[in-house]
Amino acid sequence: MENRQMEEVWITGIGLVSSLGEGCEDHWRSMGNGGSCEPVVDAETFAPYAVHPLGEVDFSSQVPKRGDLRQMGPWQRLGTYTAGLALSDAGVAGDPAYLNKMDMIIAADGGERDIEVDIAVLEGIGRRNDPEVFLNEALSTQLRPTLFLAQLPNLMAGNISIVHKVCGSSRTFMGEEMAGVSAAQIAVKKIRHGQSELCLIGGAYNAERDDMQFAFELGHYLWPGEFEPLWERRKKGGGIVNGSVGAFLVLESKSHATARGARAYAQLSEVLADRCDRAPGAAARNAREQFDALGASLEPGPLAVLSGACGAEPVTGEERAFLEGLSDKGFDVSARAVSSMLGHSVEAQFLSGLALAAIAASKKQLFGPVAGSDFEKPYDGCPDRILVTSWGHWRGEGMALVETLAA
Amino acid sequence: MTGNLRDKKGRPVIVVTGFGIVTSLGRGMADNWAALTAGRSGIHPITRFSTEGLSTKIAGTIDGLEIGDISAPGLAKAFATASIAEAISQSGIGSSGSFPGPLFLATPPAEVEWPLRRQIYECARNGSPVSNAQMKRAAREGAYQDQHALFLFGQVGEYLADKFGTLGQPISLSTACASGGTAIQLGVEAIRRGETDAALCVGTDGSVHTESLIRFSLLSALSTRNDPPKKASRPFAKDRDGFVMAEGSAALVLESYDAAKARGAKILGVLRGCGERADDFHRTRSTPDGTPIIGAIRNALDDAGVEPRQIDYINAHGTSTPENDKIEYISLANVFGEHLAGTPISSNKSIVGHTLTAAGAVEAAFSLMTIATGTIPPTINYDTPDPEMPLDVVPNEKRDSSVEIVLSNSFGFGGQNVCLVLSAEPA
Repeated sequence: MENRQMEEVWITGIGLVSSLGEGCEDHWRSMGNGGSCEPVVDAETFAPYAVHPLGEVDFSSQVPKRGDLRQMGPWQRLGTYTAGLALSDAGVAGDPAYLNKMDMIIAADGGERDIEVDIAVLEGIGRRNDPEVFLNEALSTQLRPTLFLAQLPNLMAGNISIVHKVCGSSRTFMGEEMAGVSAAQIAVKKIRHGQSELCLIGGAYNAERDDMQFAFELGHYLWPGEFEPLWERRKKGGGIVNGSVGAFLVLESKSHATARGARAYAQLSEVLADRCDRAPGAAARNAREQFDALGASLEPGPLAVLSGACGAEPVTGEERAFLEGLSDKGFDVSARAVSSMLGHSVEAQFLSGLALAAIAASKKQLFGPVAGSDFEKPYDGCPDRILVTSWGHWRGEGMALVETLAA
Repeated sequence: MTGNLRDKKGRPVIVVTGFGIVTSLGRGMADNWAALTAGRSGIHPITRFSTEGLSTKIAGTIDGLEIGDISAPGLAKAFATASIAEAISQSGIGSSGSFPGPLFLATPPAEVEWPLRRQIYECARNGSPVSNAQMKRAAREGAYQDQHALFLFGQVGEYLADKFGTLGQPISLSTACASGGTAIQLGVEAIRRGETDAALCVGTDGSVHTESLIRFSLLSALSTRNDPPKKASRPFAKDRDGFVMAEGSAALVLESYDAAKARGAKILGVLRGCGERADDFHRTRSTPDGTPIIGAIRNALDDAGVEPRQIDYINAHGTSTPENDKIEYISLANVFGEHLAGTPISSNKSIVGHTLTAAGAVEAAFSLMTIATGTIPPTINYDTPDPEMPLDVVPNEKRDSSVEIVLSNSFGFGGQNVCLVLSAEPA
């Protein structure tokens, strides 16, 4: 085992859905072409909180059975739909020879609650002197039986198996942003060591949810003001603007991809994850160690970074300082905050960063800076290596290296 | 280098050097094993909340813990803390607060719970109904930061990683009722890759609360045989009518055989192999002919390098739902053929109830005890055999028998199937 030649991990399929559209070309047009990116923001629906809303999506094109769509909430629909895009993009959709052996690791949150029922229960329960009995009655009669299945984290993977027939294995990782990092990390390790040769990884986030906004606001994490690009929010204390995003990737061993003649976007060279207690400077210390671990293979010079910074402080400021500090090692950083463009998508955050990095690597050009940023600067030439980061809003630090493939 | 023991596929042999457990049967393996082998059920009436008006009023809750406010993640943390402490102590690995490997944690999803939701609603209301927007504002204006962290999915793992000093980012996972098996499988894979000599694999669940009970009830998954509670869970019996929710945690310390030997650890058993397979049939039901479960069992046997006839005992998933037990039988009959009739199979869930996220880990730990002691725990409440599934379920009384190799099954909603093969220490 130890002496075995390590397999390279290639990205051979991308599914990406966000406020900017669907698929690689939509995102490239909205964010690339050397121009700057104008995010799509809905400031009205959840005011005072802005969100990057999902655009028009024809779910039936990837989930043809109406019965399947009815069983899911918006979050599962988005993930199942985006998974289908990635499988089609990789050229394995509908082919049992590939799907039967394909491994799957999903980064998941829970699905939507029925907030109408929640509010009705809360309104009714205060009027009763037997609140527990009222809760029993109300939930027993008002919850739809299948709602539970739309809420279970692992049922996004379950729906992907049912709709798209991915059946080699099915695992669901949880834990907010780090679920996405770990999904990518474990998939890379398995492929590199021959424990898998074809793996679907992905996650989705529905930002247009009162229940999730409520949970974030327990911790005072959301940005309640007029929309500003991510790096600029710290002047007013920082904050998260969520975005609805589905992000899926097909990862594949080089030998498997080559054998089936697959087109590849890029190589996913490394994924690292660590944690700390978030004492001041601790997250940056982890990131420096991760960078040093990657750095052995990195020549100083221009460095494109797709940052998963969420916008909350102090963690976003600490990451910015870490990136600026890379100049001490001779790296000239051109950063792009994925959350400025797509919004923060928690479990899907890191995976959307990987997808965008793969798109940029295959286009041999980095996306433009977001409009109105004093930190993001143009990047000339081909970004032959792209650093992707994701620091959790509460815990966890992840980093990946995406590299262009030799022509 | 000391030894260099490899399995038939040239991979490091993986052993278990510690396990810990807490269930409704008791705290610690000694109490649990005594109750399990005596067939002493942990199922009882729920007292944590009112069950008035509910069709199911029983569960295998773990009561009497002094953890302050009861919440599902709070209980999951408390149970996991107890099982991990026992496992590490038995293993003797690492030092206090420093475990030399990663944490793989099967943990239930968390949600803001009704007491907190009510508290914020009452703050927001001023004699008039409250909107969702007002709820968010009340959250922002209040001091609930600790509650934010409590209901994050990653929070239990972060807490345990701090407490026990595991290495790196913990992985929190859910494969529904197969989660405990998946946690162990992730540990096996990590050691086989050579990236660590040890892994801490844990399943924990403390989800018996009003809403979860009602959710499972609405899916018609739970037994409604409330009286007497201990007779409710009756896997493989003809009159089985659903599973019984239960709480618990089990932790296993996995190590490479070489590392365990080098530090002179006592070896409790071998994790011979794992197999998995996803089902694409239905959200809660298995493919009727059992193909995916058959695939998972075959994958596990193949990974372990053993034939069906070498399996001495099957630790069944055996939930006591009409559907699960039938498909499990069909699948086993397919794989084992004529050997099935002569292979004892029992369901720990007849006694413990279904510990959901924790079940795969709980049953792996009990399987290792069966190997170590030569005692097969019974399937209790087996009074009316189901003629459609002729099985030796070790009915109602434990059995002494030499057991070398065990197959342990775990299946879950969402098409999750994970099987483990465990065996005695290599001679």
